[in-house]
Amino acid sequence: MTAAAAVQTITSEPVVNRRPRGVGSRGFAAEPGKVTRWIILGVVGIVFLIPILAMIEFSLRLGQRIDGVQKYTFSHYTAVFDPANSAGYENLFQGITNSLGICLLTVAIVLVLLLPTMILVELKYPKLRALLEFVCIIPVTIPSIVLVVGFVPVYSVVASIFGSYPWTMAFAVGIIVLPYAYRPIAANLAAVEVIILSEASRSLGAGWGSVLWRVILPNLRRGILSSCFITIAVVLGEYTIASFLSQNTFQTALILVQHTDPYVAVIFALLALILAFVLLLIIGRIGSASPGGFRRKRRSA
Amino acid sequence: MTTVATPLAPADTASGAGANPRRRSVVWLGLVPFAAYVVLFLAIPAILAVGSGFFDNAGAFTFANLAAFANPNILQSFVSSIWISALTALLGAVIGALVCFALLGTRPDGFLRTIVDSASSVLAQFGGVMLAFAFTATIGTQGFITTSLVHLGLADNIFNSFDNKGTWIYQVSGLVIPYLYFQVPLMVLTFMPAMQGLKTTWAEASATLGGSRFTYWTRIGMPILAPAFFGSLILLFANSFSSYATAAALISQGGIIPLAIRQQLTSETVVGVANVAGVLALGMVVVMIVLMTAYSALQRRASRWQR
Repeated sequence: MTAAAAVQTITSEPVVNRRPRGVGSRGFAAEPGKVTRWIILGVVGIVFLIPILAMIEFSLRLGQRIDGVQKYTFSHYTAVFDPANSAGYENLFQGITNSLGICLLTVAIVLVLLLPTMILVELKYPKLRALLEFVCIIPVTIPSIVLVVGFVPVYSVVASIFGSYPWTMAFAVGIIVLPYAYRPIAANLAAVEVIILSEASRSLGAGWGSVLWRVILPNLRRGILSSCFITIAVVLGEYTIASFLSQNTFQTALILVQHTDPYVAVIFALLALILAFVLLLIIGRIGSASPGGFRRKRRSA
Repeated sequence: MTTVATPLAPADTASGAGANPRRRSVVWLGLVPFAAYVVLFLAIPAILAVGSGFFDNAGAFTFANLAAFANPNILQSFVSSIWISALTALLGAVIGALVCFALLGTRPDGFLRTIVDSASSVLAQFGGVMLAFAFTATIGTQGFITTSLVHLGLADNIFNSFDNKGTWIYQVSGLVIPYLYFQVPLMVLTFMPAMQGLKTTWAEASATLGGSRFTYWTRIGMPILAPAFFGSLILLFANSFSSYATAAALISQGGIIPLAIRQQLTSETVVGVANVAGVLALGMVVVMIVLMTAYSALQRRASRWQR
């Protein structure tokens, strides 16, 4: 600790945490050598790939191993779209449809309830920002299984008002999604000078409508898009609430179909994992495209 | 994970001179829909969940339900939940920290980091049921590794007859493996910002003063990262403690607290008191509050070095 403190006093000047690329400080730098790095990443990477590869292997199996030889086929993949089997997978496709519907509604909750509130708080009630953040982070600290205990009685009331439709689940899922949806928008809001932008456009004669629609929202595009994608990924992976509210969604249907046709369950799980990975990869690309540029600009200003 | 809201312009620009009092009262209404939503679907369910443990079947207030914690099955579930969470948190934190160390010095917006980040997010946050399937296909009775081991002549291997109680993955102790599969990625997501916060100049200063890479890590790097590491460790513990979907897909009985809650909600396993699900929810929330308080304290310490 003392050494750390000493170093801190030496480097008390603000330092940009970026070493010029290509300068060979590898000999003494904190970072690992090339060999160490690739050994760690290689071993962990392979261990983490094994279950995914095992899923692929499983989905291609034809029958059991006979005399230690496993035959493979694509028939489980083609069977999914074979009309002859449609009755068996009806429940699964219904679950996927329900999940997509819940996705849409949950994204709508984020866009219609959360986003305007965040902008309003940023513009008019900055003192409430900490409270809003606290509220949005709470669902991380309350396990969904605990919330479910409370959702069951709440939903007996909801069902008596709206009926027991799958889409009503969106209200509950919207709460689970809050922390994930909040962060990208909040990070974007922090990087954009919303107040200055809105004052500038107001002084140029813009009404609040065009300030919001033509100035603030375009600036928040990246954060909003990330929020929506992450919301979709969370909704598609949600199981706890659906199973206790007895709704048929993608995940609960997967559990059911697993008993009758484990191959199809694995195929869809694999596809869902890949879809979520691609969605997050896109977020990563749009996220890294220029918020860094924003920060750098602000620092040099 | 550590989104720090940077304070923007001072408050007086927000409450600008132009806003007349009547206008303000209307603007205030804009907060109502979201507030109503949060009250209806977050506050009320949370209060109902935790509060229901304090009422008996007739609706009268009572502390008697807390006796459920003395039930040997419930107690055993808590013990299992805690040791699984502790073990997977510790292993996940150490392996995850190693991965973060390996990623140190790679470009934050580079291809490698984007891949690692996306994969980590998928596994840490959306796996659930799908992770259960992945491990059934890997080390389940018909799993790739299990059948390969049997083919190699190990008819009774660790995966298909663990502790003489059948397939490992369907036992409570077998949860450790799939849980690590989301714990390590969560560690990477939460610990990487702290690793990234290590200034290159500190390493250079240490080197100028004659320190080796070993001295740098033991005397500077590790002490600075310690609060962040323990903070992430707590977060991992909480994550594993509250996770439900993976365990539910693998184990049809009880064994850990979330599964005990399921048993209570679906079949009313006899414990002898009312609203046991509420009592268990209360127990979980108490543990989570303790964990999160410790987490935010450590996070505050850790953020001192991340400016």
